[in-house]
Amino acid sequence: MTNFVDQEELALFRASVIKALETEVAPHYEAWEKSGVVPRELWNTLGDAGMLCVDIPEDSGGCEAPFQYSVVVGEELARMGFGALSTNVMVHSDIVAPYISHLGNEAQKQQWLPKMVSGEVVGAIAMTEPGAGSDLQAMRTSAVRDGDDYILNGSKTFITNGQHADMVIVAAKTDPSAGAKGISLFLVDTTLPGYSKGRNLDKIGQHSGDTSELFFSDMRVHASALVGEEGKGFIYLMQELPRERLVIGALGVAAARGALDLTIAYTHERELFGQKLAQIQNTRFEIARMETDYQVNKAFVSQCISQYEAGELDAPTASMAKYSATEMQCRVADGCLQLFGGYGYTTEYPISRAFMDARVQRIYGGTSEVMKEIIARSVLGRV
Amino acid sequence: MSEHQEDAELFHSMINRVLEKEVAPFYEQWEEQSAIPRSLWNTLGQAGMLGIDMPEEYGGAQASFEISQLAIEEMARKGFAGLAGGYNIHANIVMPYILHIGTDAQKQRYLPDMISGDVLSAIAMTEPGAGSDLAAMRTTAQRTDEGYVINGAKVFITNGLQAELVVVCAKTDPAAGAKGVSLFLVDTSLPGFSRGKGIRKIGQHASDTAELFFSDLVVPHGALLGEEGKGFAYLMQELPRERLGVGAQAVGATEGVLEITLEYVQQRQAFGQRVADFQNTRFKLAEARARLEVAKAYLKQCIASYHKGEMGSTEAAILKLMLTEMQCDIANDCLQLFGGYGYTLEYPVSRFFVDARVQTIYAGTSEIMKEVIARSMLGK
Repeated sequence: MTNFVDQEELALFRASVIKALETEVAPHYEAWEKSGVVPRELWNTLGDAGMLCVDIPEDSGGCEAPFQYSVVVGEELARMGFGALSTNVMVHSDIVAPYISHLGNEAQKQQWLPKMVSGEVVGAIAMTEPGAGSDLQAMRTSAVRDGDDYILNGSKTFITNGQHADMVIVAAKTDPSAGAKGISLFLVDTTLPGYSKGRNLDKIGQHSGDTSELFFSDMRVHASALVGEEGKGFIYLMQELPRERLVIGALGVAAARGALDLTIAYTHERELFGQKLAQIQNTRFEIARMETDYQVNKAFVSQCISQYEAGELDAPTASMAKYSATEMQCRVADGCLQLFGGYGYTTEYPISRAFMDARVQRIYGGTSEVMKEIIARSVLGRV
Repeated sequence: MSEHQEDAELFHSMINRVLEKEVAPFYEQWEEQSAIPRSLWNTLGQAGMLGIDMPEEYGGAQASFEISQLAIEEMARKGFAGLAGGYNIHANIVMPYILHIGTDAQKQRYLPDMISGDVLSAIAMTEPGAGSDLAAMRTTAQRTDEGYVINGAKVFITNGLQAELVVVCAKTDPAAGAKGVSLFLVDTSLPGFSRGKGIRKIGQHASDTAELFFSDLVVPHGALLGEEGKGFAYLMQELPRERLGVGAQAVGATEGVLEITLEYVQQRQAFGQRVADFQNTRFKLAEARARLEVAKAYLKQCIASYHKGEMGSTEAAILKLMLTEMQCDIANDCLQLFGGYGYTLEYPVSRFFVDARVQTIYAGTSEIMKEVIARSMLGK
């Protein structure tokens, strides 16, 4: 389907995204990094600029653009060095909104999607628990049916957008004895009694990306908040994970481009031992190595994007995209920082942020180790 | 047990005690404030931890060089890299410069106060346009009747915000390249000396790193350290010791990060088993242990050759390159085993990771180390 996306129009859209980010984000981003969270109004600004959930169908309030348009928003955020914000927006536009759009009923779509497009509602998704990361079966949060309601109890951690979220997709066990088959998903309105958010966790990077603990204490949600069917949560997660992983890979590729561009410019400026840094063979070979690493991964991620648009991206291939692209991103960010010498270790030079922001890409959305296991299973079967 | 080993054990327990009592309870706060209180240096001095291997006549304990290495290693092992860096500069770099090159008067004037912690020191080589490329240095020291007039700027100076004494490298003969560099003992209370703001870094937050400025700063003739024009030769002479300190830091930090990771993987469950039971975990940790043991053996060999006065710049470069790259790789792998927790500040593994990253950069980047090694094999 890629061929049906007019690349000239896509380039125009990209240019408009860059312009909006230069005006609305770039001047403030460092201040947001220091405060550990982006202002709530930014979501409305991004919504007004037409940058949220762009591929959501028109009848749900979106502009029904091709998936690639949504990828472009994340890519530009990542390329311009706004790693935390790229994660926030990805969670909102490329994870939470598609769950509702793909799995929600009409009422749920109308309740949430138009407001997610406008930025009036910020979305988050709560899977990870203190004792259950990639291991979803170990989940302890429970949802017990009581009349027309479910009563939720439990806690979640590492929830991106947790501080601002108006709606959280919560994964909880409706049948604790049924393992993976006992998991259901709920669209939780965060104004309900029994919901509370914990601290914004301090991290080594992605500082303006708020990451929170969430608590549910005898929280009643109406049965109409259930996504799809009871007990099918795990299947839905499996179904939606390829898009999440693909987008993380795309962010990795774009962030690597940004880091490389910064570094290439620096090596032309910086003089060392009477020559430009760019003239030293080690620099040349390092840049060549990293550019190659980048190009190969970019091609693979592009191929995966086409496959996703054609409905053909399977889980192992999406895992390869995430694994390969994020490992590449970390190698590139590390190699680039090194070329900056001591300056690369200071927060004054954006390359240091590229390095710190990159590190979690190999962890969230399924660690590299989990990706390898998924790939290995597709090749070797289960142990 | 030999007397030497007994000594080492006594010092080891003293060092541990001091760090546990005077540093551990406050270190996180210092990281947040991006500074170690100045008084800590007096505390360390009173406890006998500064100038451990300096002669008794200056107030040192005249212990062996290994003991001072041990102090750095322990700081790094406990995750106090920001402190270890500053300590290495003060006790392991500047003190030996003065001891080896200084006049009696200079030794008398500075060493006792440095050992007690009353004087904190720094060394200023790097400039905005001259990192490892010392020949590009622009700071000048012009000889006049009253003394030397120093002008210029330095950057990335560890202990720069608090130091009372800075060893400044400056060109006394700008036409002579490396041979025109001289060293000066600069009292930071002199007019013409000023400090910039602390430089914000991605790690080693507790260590202060500053820009320094010299504007018509006049130092007396007696502030010249060693002979005029020999600065570069002195730097080369003292580099092995500096790099041994960095190596000790790398070994200590790697021991430390492995310890906390071993503990974590044995307690954390995933997919119905301990993280320690996954083959990936076992092999990553095995690889780390193997690299660490090899690194320790090389460090030990270097220390032995340093004792005999035989440690050369190639050995020092191999040591720094291999040990710091190892440290970064292992800190990176260990963080990964912690999953999402490893990315949070709550888990010390994240500090080991960010603190490690500058080890392949300061005191000569890995690239410079490779160049030094290559020159020994292939010539210039």
